[in-house]
Amino acid sequence: MISIQNVSKTFGRVQAVRDVTLDIARGEFFSLLGASGSGKTTLLRMLAGFEGVTSGKIVIDGQPMQDTPPHLRPINMVFQNYAIFPHLNVRDNIAYGLRRLGTPKAEQARMVDAMLEMIALPGYGDRLATQLSGGQMQRVALARALILKPKVLLLDEPLGALDKQLREQMQLELRSLQRQLGITFVLVTHDQEEALTLSDRVAVMSNGQVIQVDTPSGLYDRPVNRQVAAFVGTMNFFDARIRAQGPDTSAEIAGLGRHPVAPSARRDGDRVLVAIRPEGFALSPQPPEGPGPRVAGRLMARQYLGGRQLLHVAVEGRAAPVAVAAVAHRGQDPWEGMEDNPVWLGWSRDAMTVLDAD
Amino acid sequence: MAATEPFHSPNRPLALYALGFTLFLYAPILFIPLFSFNSGLYARFPLQDFTLAWYAELWTRGPVFAALQNSLQVGLTVAVISTVLAVPAAKALARYRIPGKGPILGFMLLPLVVPGLIFGVALLVLVSRLGIPLSLWTVGLGHIIICLPFAISILLPRFEGANRSLEEASADLGENAWWTFWRVTFPTILPGVMASLLLTFTVSFDEFIIAFFLSGTDPTLPMYIWNQLRFPQSFPSLLALSTLILVVSFGLVLASLRLARLNRDLPGRKTS
Amino acid sequence: MTPFDSDLRPAPAGRPSLAVGLRNRVHRSEALRGYLLLSPALAVLGVAIIAPLILLIVMSTWSMSGFDMLMTPGLGNYAIIASDPIYAALLGRSLKIAAIATAATVLLSYPVAYFVAFHVHRHKMLWLILLTLPFWTSYLMRIFAWRVVLGYEGVINSALMSLGLIEAPMQVFLYSQTAVTIALAHAWAAFAILPIYVSLEKIDKSYLEAAADLGDNAARRFWRITLPLSLPGVVAAFFLMFIPTVGDYVTAAMLGGPDGMMVGNLIQAQFGPINDWPMGAALALVMTLAVAVAGLAFLLLTRMIRR
Repeated sequence: MISIQNVSKTFGRVQAVRDVTLDIARGEFFSLLGASGSGKTTLLRMLAGFEGVTSGKIVIDGQPMQDTPPHLRPINMVFQNYAIFPHLNVRDNIAYGLRRLGTPKAEQARMVDAMLEMIALPGYGDRLATQLSGGQMQRVALARALILKPKVLLLDEPLGALDKQLREQMQLELRSLQRQLGITFVLVTHDQEEALTLSDRVAVMSNGQVIQVDTPSGLYDRPVNRQVAAFVGTMNFFDARIRAQGPDTSAEIAGLGRHPVAPSARRDGDRVLVAIRPEGFALSPQPPEGPGPRVAGRLMARQYLGGRQLLHVAVEGRAAPVAVAAVAHRGQDPWEGMEDNPVWLGWSRDAMTVLDAD
Repeated sequence: MAATEPFHSPNRPLALYALGFTLFLYAPILFIPLFSFNSGLYARFPLQDFTLAWYAELWTRGPVFAALQNSLQVGLTVAVISTVLAVPAAKALARYRIPGKGPILGFMLLPLVVPGLIFGVALLVLVSRLGIPLSLWTVGLGHIIICLPFAISILLPRFEGANRSLEEASADLGENAWWTFWRVTFPTILPGVMASLLLTFTVSFDEFIIAFFLSGTDPTLPMYIWNQLRFPQSFPSLLALSTLILVVSFGLVLASLRLARLNRDLPGRKTS
Repeated sequence: MTPFDSDLRPAPAGRPSLAVGLRNRVHRSEALRGYLLLSPALAVLGVAIIAPLILLIVMSTWSMSGFDMLMTPGLGNYAIIASDPIYAALLGRSLKIAAIATAATVLLSYPVAYFVAFHVHRHKMLWLILLTLPFWTSYLMRIFAWRVVLGYEGVINSALMSLGLIEAPMQVFLYSQTAVTIALAHAWAAFAILPIYVSLEKIDKSYLEAAADLGDNAARRFWRITLPLSLPGVVAAFFLMFIPTVGDYVTAAMLGGPDGMMVGNLIQAQFGPINDWPMGAALALVMTLAVAVAGLAFLLLTRMIRR
């Protein structure tokens, strides 16, 4: 569907996008996730045609598009601040792109009405764009783009300007709309939660490069490096050294002791990072039963997060406490008032991800 | 709040000074209308009787109307041409990454500071060497030079303030550059265009120095006044004429300033 | 019924034609598009500014023989300007009058700009319009007004006489360098106020709060924070007013009398009654050069002060 091939973009001396290659499938909800300055917006704007590529190709449906001006691309976009035309009413905003297609007036009116229905704003057609709330503008921006039946819809931080509650509601609506229409959506966001909630696949970008492309659970469970692991969710990192090789491979992990890990090309003595999610640990007041790895520690602090909590456990041989996720029970929480008491950390071998040391 | 107070407290001496300064700015100009209603032939105190005779006399002077027509003709043409030239130029300067933007803008705004005398004589030399007879057209050419900077400095902030993604949205929705301009850009800069038309008209209408060198046998209004200053008996009706010009100029400039700030705070304008 | 299954858009042509290729080049190069949009205005300014200036330079090397222009290039005009002290004197007087008028205007305008920037809160726009409105009225009109005020039988003299303060009209007002200086200062006040106001308005108020917090009183805050930060506006105001006033001739012609004559009047006379255009061209260029040198000297001076 969309094939981005070795695309680079330089502004003067700044290399905003470096040799990015990505394939996005038809009907996929794809996200570009990264901090500001990571090149995600530049990449999106190159897809839309607002920025030319310095080198590389952009192919959409088999057609090379990198030299096509934006108004001839089968792509539409929802802008970060919606870019609703302030001098037109809602109806004229939605119908804006139909003029060039030569759609008859009556047909235009019918299509706009259908769109207003779809975005749940029937009867809003004659409102001025300036009288809309943020959420309404967002819907109009969607309708204005979708009425043209694009092959690809680009969304540039579309929910960033909304408050938290509205944002969550719009996330659900966006996802179901995309399912219903089957159009390829490409979303740019710096909000990892939004990317993970909405997308079929996510490309994590940093410094103009794509670091990892994976499904949300793949990113969460199998981050390729410390950067991705830290960017997506909370993560405990442990300095470690590989001991032995082959099927007996194990790691000497600071604070956790020596434990067997999955064999890899790494060799005896290599410095690595072992990453374990807060959910990867189980905390208990007594030594856990069963054969899994375990270590004794001391409960330092509780961080209540509403429904769940993070328990910070100090272990010997490691400066920072280990974060452990636990359910927060209403009323009688077993960890209430347990600060400064000895606890046991247990985890399974699968919970450990071995990454290259930075 | 206490920390900010010293900077916001009223300063009475300073306010009085500013008021006095403003009075000084207006005082000489306000004597013109004052004496235009005075029945004496000379502009001096004590005032004599109130009269509208000088305005009536003005009405009987044919050349005044001819000069007015000349000024209107030049002013309208110059306003339209300099605004039409300034719109694309301001857009390019506001929107595009262009090497040499600073020097280009500097060159275009240069006529704001270069003495009009220089442009007057330089253009006079050029048109006379080319054998072009002096006329209202040569005056208009000179006026375009000094009006263009005003038009650009009014339109530039208009383009800079406008939300650039509106035009991108239009392109994204399938409109080419031409239609994007007419459907999106033009409506957003329209107040600026009107302001530019009014202001450049006023500048041209009032301009004297360049007209002095470049006008032929048809005088503009300021040229007419200059020529009549030699005749003491014309003085009171010149005061009446000047009063009318003052009123019109003030009105046009106020309207233009009002338009220039209109719609500055529409949502959808620059937010990022 | 979801209408999202078909694509209404025409697919772009497979192989780009020459025209499409060119269009794409223009589309891709922002600079090219920008220059294209700038070209009409630049072309007009080129014809109306550059061409005449080049011709002016060429003409300044010609000379007059009776009523005929001799087009043999030479530096005769410049030699005359350099040797005859009248030119240097006139140029010096023009620079002096312009410098005094500019300095006075900048000095007198600064407090007003300061007042509007720091002490006006609700009606800022109104004040700015009020202060700049006179600038938009006809230049000729404003000088005309000064004639009415300063004239031999004008407002000041006749008012003083009717108050019985003086017996006969005083000569000092009209036809003097003072009259020219006052009228110039008055005419360009708006040009001086605006840049100073802009530079003052831009000053982040938290700098002043920080200075107050660190123990500076109002006077020291002004001297150490406000003034240095507004200096660029002051310099801009100086240039915006000084350059055009040096070349002024209408004010001097109407208010100056023989003593108040400026180099602009001489240039105008060369193109008018004296009818020596090459000399006029040379004088205009010498004046431009003098303004540039004076401006540069001023700029260097302020740079040194700021260090």
